[in-house]
Amino acid sequence: MNTAAAIQSDPCKIEVKSLQYFYGKEQALFDVSMSIPDKQVTAIIGPSGCGKSTLIKAINRIGEISSDIRIKGDVLIDDASVYGKSVNLVELRRRVGMVFQKPNPFPKSILENVLFGPKLHGVSDRGRLEEIAENSLKKAALWNEVKDKLSKSAMELSGGQQQRLCIARALAVDPEVLLMDEPCSALDPIGTAKIEETIESLQSQYCIVIVTHNMQQAARVSRSTAFFMKGKIIEYDETEKIFTTPAEKLTEDYITGRFG
Amino acid sequence: MEQLVQKPLVAQSSNLKEPSPRASRRENHGLRDFHWRQRFREGAIHVFLAVNGYLAIVLIGLIFLFLFKEGFHALQTIKPMQWIGNKTLDFDGREVFSFVWQPLSNTPKYSLLPLLSGSFLVALPATFFSTLIGIGCGVYLAELASQRTREILKPIVELLAGIPTVVIGFLALSVLATLVQNFFHTHFRLNAFVGALGVSLVIIPVIASMTEDALRAVPNELREASYGLGATRWETLSKVILPAGVSGISASILLGMGRALGETMIVLMATGNAALFTGNIFSSVRTMTATIASELGSSAQGSEIYYALFFVGSVLFTITFFINLISEVVVERMRRRLRL
Ligand SMILES: Nc1ncnc2c1ncn2[C@@H]1O[C@H](COP(=O)(O)OP(=O)(O)OP(=O)(O)O)[C@@H](O)[C@H]1O
Ligand SMILES: [Mg+2]
Repeated sequence: MNTAAAIQSDPCKIEVKSLQYFYGKEQALFDVSMSIPDKQVTAIIGPSGCGKSTLIKAINRIGEISSDIRIKGDVLIDDASVYGKSVNLVELRRRVGMVFQKPNPFPKSILENVLFGPKLHGVSDRGRLEEIAENSLKKAALWNEVKDKLSKSAMELSGGQQQRLCIARALAVDPEVLLMDEPCSALDPIGTAKIEETIESLQSQYCIVIVTHNMQQAARVSRSTAFFMKGKIIEYDETEKIFTTPAEKLTEDYITGRFG
Repeated sequence: MEQLVQKPLVAQSSNLKEPSPRASRRENHGLRDFHWRQRFREGAIHVFLAVNGYLAIVLIGLIFLFLFKEGFHALQTIKPMQWIGNKTLDFDGREVFSFVWQPLSNTPKYSLLPLLSGSFLVALPATFFSTLIGIGCGVYLAELASQRTREILKPIVELLAGIPTVVIGFLALSVLATLVQNFFHTHFRLNAFVGALGVSLVIIPVIASMTEDALRAVPNELREASYGLGATRWETLSKVILPAGVSGISASILLGMGRALGETMIVLMATGNAALFTGNIFSSVRTMTATIASELGSSAQGSEIYYALFFVGSVLFTITFFINLISEVVVERMRRRLRL
């Protein structure tokens, strides 16, 4: 495995340490180590089933709500283990927002969707809530499209709008990390472009990890890229380097489309 | 056979550059034969299934027609007012307006009010009890129970729905009635409350399994979204899953109520069968279903009481029809809201 010194020198937000991840008996991640820097976008690429989703679900521990899982190794955020005994899952997931592969707004109004998190975490002042809603929707580049219909059902939005609403919803709880699992896979090129703009505008404030099947997208939005195969990290380096002069033959084969 | 068809075909097409119409017809022959056979088979299956599907509609239509045709006969001899109440003389010889169902007295009385009150006095409390327990059970099965627990519990709940109602009636009449009397010191041993408890046993599985279905139909993505925002299990359940499943749950309650109104054997055995117009849940009552079941067999076909009972049946059918209709509409609304 190859890790550039540049990545290691950046302030590290998430540290994955020899992580092994098991679904029941089946192992999905093998000894994965990577340090993910703060305030920039890190892309994760690799063929289907290589463990990309598994990795990011391991960071906010969302994988364990629906499956029977077991881990070895550790994930640290700001040098504190997220798998420690005293970890508060509510607090962890507030700090680590997630956007899923398929847009999943609640069947509620647009406003209720955005304010779901803040209300859970005890914000009740109306003025403050309105402010949060507006800010989050603006950050997700959705405000102009929905500001006149905040009380309409989120299910009436287009797929791309729904996905940006989900981004706004994740941002509304003021997370430090934003995990995005193929956020554009259900979108057309215009929706994709909008989301990419959104990501670009967010990167200076958050630690963003994005899983994508789209090489161009990874090249466009991310500073560093990790290439995974069969649950192992093959190469992790600055995006430019990965896409121009990859160190590994496998990486080159993959990004040039020789398999996939 | 195949070879017979194919041999000349090869010879011909090698001779001709463009196959003649005749040759091309030949060429297609095997394929077309198969095609027709398949078409026929699929057509037959289609017709068979369609007939079965429409049969249900036809049967309902026929029942509906028959019931209402017979019921309407009653309207010819019994005046609208009589369905509500009758002027009768009380013990002091004064004229009073009373609400009684006595089709067999010298001046037959056909007030529907005691039957309606009896039906609802059983069905409403039964729906209430089974809603509480059924929803609790459904939520537990769908969201809280472990895989193992669910695998054990679910068949048991479904088993409850399969117990013959006469057995439940027997249980209500012998065991529940005694318990209720000891606990509430009721005047009547068999009353609407006992009937409602008995009927609940049939409705609980209906509501429980429909609630479970409604909650399981809530996409997993919504759960992940909720947990992902830092919601706890209870917050996820109360703020996301239950609201998303609320139409399905309401539909199950309505359907349960329809079943409660239509339930016959248990109420016949456990409610005391006195057609009293009352709002007292501890009074003996008689439901529409019990009235029809106990009186229709002994009334002469074509007599006034015979038609009157059909009229009662039409009323019951109409009520349950609308309740079921509403529950269908409610489920449909949920489907659309969740884009399932
Ligand atoms: N809930 C689960 N239970 C059991 N095995 C799982 C589960 N989720 C994923 N796996 C297995 O773990 C491996 C990695 O899956 P994962 O979803 O992380 O892949 P992925 O890289 O995200 O793929 P894709 O690009 O198709 O989304 C796969 O072999 C998959 O079969
Ligand atoms: Mg995935």
